[in-house]
Amino acid sequence: MIELSDFLILGAMLFTLSMAGIFINRKNVLILLMAIELMLLSVNMNFVAFSHYLGDTAGQVFVFFILTVAAAEAAIGLAILVLLFRNRRTINVDDLDELRG
Amino acid sequence: MTSVLFYLFSAILLFAAFRVISAKSAVHAAIFLILAFVTTSAIWLLLEAEFLAITLVLVYVGAVMVLFLFVVMMLDMNMEPLREGFTRYLPAGILVAATIVFEMGIVLGGRYFSSENFPAPVPHGSDYSNTKELGEQLYTTHLFSFEVAAAILLIAIVAAIGLTFRRRVESKKQDIPHQHRVDRNDRVRMLDIREESVS
Repeated sequence: MIELSDFLILGAMLFTLSMAGIFINRKNVLILLMAIELMLLSVNMNFVAFSHYLGDTAGQVFVFFILTVAAAEAAIGLAILVLLFRNRRTINVDDLDELRG
Repeated sequence: MTSVLFYLFSAILLFAAFRVISAKSAVHAAIFLILAFVTTSAIWLLLEAEFLAITLVLVYVGAVMVLFLFVVMMLDMNMEPLREGFTRYLPAGILVAATIVFEMGIVLGGRYFSSENFPAPVPHGSDYSNTKELGEQLYTTHLFSFEVAAAILLIAIVAAIGLTFRRRVESKKQDIPHQHRVDRNDRVRMLDIREESVS
């Protein structure tokens, strides 16, 4: 039978993969956005697993709100990306050093 | 049977996630991300979260990933310079990933989250509706948060349009306030025409 820890470990592995993805793809803003989506997915996996094993639907309501905010974040992030590409003709993180940070 | 399905879907999900972060082209990454979302929705069905599973397919695969693919196709970017740090940052990525896996393994692999403390719940009967249950929660207990979520979506629409909207100079559209503000002197010119001036 599947235990709660199986789902938690799956979520942790997914989170770890997307974390490594942020490290190795740190020049490409588009892949960075995709890795953030994967991270949110792994967190949602934990919420749904706990909601199922504790018999409490509040976790699923929380996932619903996370999905809403993630959709808004993806829309605004991609809009900024399009604007960036239109003005600078690049999405390389290293070229975006206007603020000299 | 459920365990077999769970391990099958987990393997597909982890493979898809690995391909997302290691794909050579952004289109491949986006398509493997779609595979990851669909597989996650199948795993959520195993967890009896039917409404969220369908929402994930509708909202993510249907809207967000189409948006992603649209942007990927629209930007004709050169992927080569974007991948040059790939091998350089690979050791750091693997190190951080291994550390997180080690720590999470210590936390999650212990006996606390095992079936003794969290026994598998009894499956719901066929008359149970996950959507109805979630709807009752959303429209009563979490009504205010629900309204805030709606406002956030509206703000996202306005912000995305406001960011990418481009006013074209050469377009021949009417400027209605400007048309309303004209007065007589802008349109009528009085000429002094005398008979004797025409000689």
